[in-house]
Amino acid sequence: MTRRRLLVIGNGMAGARTVEEIIHRGGKEQFDITMIGDEPYGNYNRIMLSHVLAGEATIDDDDLLLNPMSWYRDNGVTLYAGDRATRLDRFAKYVRCESGRSVSYDTLIIATGSTSFFPNIDGLRASDGHLMKGVFGFRNIEDTNGMLQMAHSRDKTHAVVIGGGLLGLEAAYGLRTQGLTVDVVHSPSYLMNQQLDERGGNVLRREIEKLGIAVHTGARTTSVHRDAADDVTGVGFADGTDLPADMVVVTAGIRPNTEFARAGGVIVERGIVVDDHMRCEDESAIYAVGECVQHRGEVYGLVAPVWEQAVTLADHLTGANPDAAYHGSRITTKLKVAGIDVAAMGVKGPERDDDEFVQFYEPSTGVYKSVVVRDGKLIGAMLLGDVSKIGYLSQAFDDKVPLPEERISMLFDLGGPGETTGAMELADDAQVCNCNGVTKGAIVDCVHRGASSLSEVIAQTRAGKGCGSCKNLVGDIVACAAGGTLEPDPAADYYVPCIPLTKPQLIAEVRDRGLRSVSAVFADLAVDGKEDATAKMPLASLLRIIWGPDWADERGALFINDRVHANIQRDGTFSVVPQMKGGVTTPDQLRKIADVADKYNVPMVKVTGGQRIDLLGIKKEELPRVWEDLGMPSGFAYGKSMRTVKTCVGSDFCRYGLGDSTALGVELETRLQGLESPAKLKMAVAGCPRNCSEALCKDVGVVAVGSGWEIYLGGAAGAHIRKGDLFTTVETPDEVLLLCGRFVQYYRENAKWLERTYDFVPRVGLDTLKSVLLDDSEGIAAELDARLQLSVEGYRDPWLERAAPRSPAQFASALPLLPLPRVPVR
Amino acid sequence: MSWVSVGHVRDLTPGEGRTFVVDGHQIAVFLLPDGSVRATTAVCPHRGGPLADGQIDSDVVVCPLHQYAFAFESGLCTTGEVEPVPIYAARLQDEAIHIRV
Ligand SMILES: Cc1cc2nc3c(=O)[nH]c(=O)nc-3n(C[C@H](O)[C@H](O)[C@H](O)COP(=O)(O)OP(=O)(O)OC[C@H]3O[C@@H](n4cnc5c(N)ncnc54)[C@H](O)[C@@H]3O)c2cc1C
Ligand code: SF4
Ligand code: SF4
Ligand code: FES
Repeated sequence: MTRRRLLVIGNGMAGARTVEEIIHRGGKEQFDITMIGDEPYGNYNRIMLSHVLAGEATIDDDDLLLNPMSWYRDNGVTLYAGDRATRLDRFAKYVRCESGRSVSYDTLIIATGSTSFFPNIDGLRASDGHLMKGVFGFRNIEDTNGMLQMAHSRDKTHAVVIGGGLLGLEAAYGLRTQGLTVDVVHSPSYLMNQQLDERGGNVLRREIEKLGIAVHTGARTTSVHRDAADDVTGVGFADGTDLPADMVVVTAGIRPNTEFARAGGVIVERGIVVDDHMRCEDESAIYAVGECVQHRGEVYGLVAPVWEQAVTLADHLTGANPDAAYHGSRITTKLKVAGIDVAAMGVKGPERDDDEFVQFYEPSTGVYKSVVVRDGKLIGAMLLGDVSKIGYLSQAFDDKVPLPEERISMLFDLGGPGETTGAMELADDAQVCNCNGVTKGAIVDCVHRGASSLSEVIAQTRAGKGCGSCKNLVGDIVACAAGGTLEPDPAADYYVPCIPLTKPQLIAEVRDRGLRSVSAVFADLAVDGKEDATAKMPLASLLRIIWGPDWADERGALFINDRVHANIQRDGTFSVVPQMKGGVTTPDQLRKIADVADKYNVPMVKVTGGQRIDLLGIKKEELPRVWEDLGMPSGFAYGKSMRTVKTCVGSDFCRYGLGDSTALGVELETRLQGLESPAKLKMAVAGCPRNCSEALCKDVGVVAVGSGWEIYLGGAAGAHIRKGDLFTTVETPDEVLLLCGRFVQYYRENAKWLERTYDFVPRVGLDTLKSVLLDDSEGIAAELDARLQLSVEGYRDPWLERAAPRSPAQFASALPLLPLPRVPVR
Repeated sequence: MSWVSVGHVRDLTPGEGRTFVVDGHQIAVFLLPDGSVRATTAVCPHRGGPLADGQIDSDVVVCPLHQYAFAFESGLCTTGEVEPVPIYAARLQDEAIHIRV
């Protein structure tokens, strides 16, 4: 069957989602898909721009990109990004672009979205129609970057935001967070008047003002003042007053992008008119989807309806569901506006005499809730500040659950079992995350497929990654689905899911039965003796902790990093970090490193945060030769193991030094080098409390205090920041070595897989650690020391494997010769 | 479609994978603990990770880059919404690995 040519104009949330849904339904067999988008990137989550403006996310965050460029490549979708469709010939069936390119189609989808609306205000636009400098809309990455640049270009920037709806408040919040002085100007008499009633608007206003944002309602902007250099100096209002300003953000509504369709002869009213199949009126081969469409008289400005439309269109085009039809969306708005939870649906207040109207208003906490009931049905609701009942209310709004006799309980959980019931009651098809179109069913599925933590579920489904207002609900659903909230789940304490034993039980069994290989552990202890790929790495680590060098090395048990003693990078190459104990190196080592970098054309040589030198971009098959040429031991920068001991110069050179931190650091690293552990371990030694080596935020940190050395445990400065807990103060370096080693061994034997010390130390408790490791309350200190000593003696530089590879495949290239995401060469 | 010999099973140890190139196809071959072989496209459909470097069990291969798992049987991703990975029939004949391409 020859495939039809499907062309999509607009590569935004609607266009790309529709294509995703089409591919999901096997549409690649039916269609050759081409997309034209005038933004020069893949498809991103527009909603996240609010977070980007507020500095809570960046433009290159993974979360922002819904479909990166590679997605198009991987899915065989041709994307012309950064080109604009300008002309449609619906008789000859082709589209012409700004670049001169023309693309023919059999089926066309128009998904051009909308743009910011700029009202008639003097000084906004130049005579050629372009926005003048200092004026911004808020729609795309370019707008957002422009605002951020302006915000940072000078010290005291004053921004005036024109329009106090959702977008305006988000813009104001973002700019305020960036440290600007911000005024919001809104011509209706209260904020967010589209979604809220007057009281709601006023409650919101007070919350916004608490953020230090000034709000002016009932104010119509008529002009933007400029100085001789055309820089913005202020805005003027209809009543003759004005406000000073350096920049103006216009968020006075959006307008569907219909020009392309209209000029091509497609019927357009307020939006591109479509039927229930999303087909354009009077057209056979042209469809439209997203904010650019008008369906049954409605034009939508939120993303939830866009998802519904995309699904219907994909069902229809692929024939996956011949009955698919879009009947319009009942809008339940659920948003986080400027950090404040807002939800609204249906009518804003009672309209008839016998409409029931229940309100709750608590000015001190900024909570306002109301519901409107007509003939026993919920026809409107509004929640501000506390949206915990949104799940229930949106179902009631969709007529899916009956209303309680006691209407007030629609607003509160009156003595009931709380919010989790809300999560339980929700129907499977109820949309939980509006921003990313994720239903309760999808979340539950994800848990049943094995996602065990909230973050895993969020990563896999994207639920909660938009405005963030649904995160609690997502958490509740995950908890319900995992069955974990009511009964504690014993499986939560298993070291690996496929073996029903806690870590201490597992260690005891392994020792008793003398199991030295991962396959033997599976055979003896796993449910049905079945192997589980994800359990191999933790089991291999555990066996190495228990048996040291005497474990039975099975190649397949090891994660790639541990097979080749280097850290795999995003392009499948590896990073090589030679050991530099305590960050001390020599000219000779540096020369060798430089020679290797030259010889192997290393694309990047980088000094790491752990005081070593990283050679990035080494091919797997070159690793043995690189190690040989370096002639230095491995720095273990890849494993779940002891990584480095960072040191400051200390008493040898530093004029403040109270102890020889460098020497102690080198000794500590020599003793603990390469030890595998549940998660990576980073250490530091500082020569005085000035703490130049950042010992207070390391897994183990040692600080010279004159009279001796302080030992801190459980610090971190990575994804989490935590100051280490002061464990003890000792007099001599030998005691430091002994106690740090004892702690490390205790951690190795008791922490969960991947549990960093910053979780382990607070979980076990500092007091317990002190009593077990210092006072030896359990009488195990000597054993811990002895077992650590065995491991220390078993240390062998893994890079010596260069001489005799462990298997024929160890250093064989796994890298396909295809162009993968390339790491740029600097 | 025909069976093509790509290499020797002695080039692998159980649990390991290795990439072979056949007719311009990049194919990752894995040796299972039970001695049988499986084959997938070498490139992870997520972000192009080298699947042959992944860890396996009898059902799935786990990509080393972001740990998405793909079923040998169907190629489907078992841990997320990633596209399926194309799979190949694979078998052993006198210790030679044969792939159907
Ligand atoms: C800052 C911000 C915050 C938001 N917050 C929320 C929220 O919290 N909740 C919510 O539900 N919604 C929110 N929205 C709205 C949501 O982003 C939109 O509903 C959604 O993006 C609409 O999708 P779309 O594909 O129709 O339009 P778009 O995502 O705008 O996509 C249209 C694409 O088509 C391109 N295009 C247009 N014309 C052409 C042409 N002729 N040739 C080629 N390409 C063209 C455009 O450049 C654009 O990339 C927010 C929007 C913004 C801007
Ligand atoms: S921590 Fe103290 S001893 Fe070490 S470099 Fe800083 S000031 Fe000097
Ligand atoms: S090096 Fe660390 S901080 Fe940097 S991108 Fe990678 S994981 Fe993130
Ligand atoms: S590249 Fe394979 S999981 Fe990301």
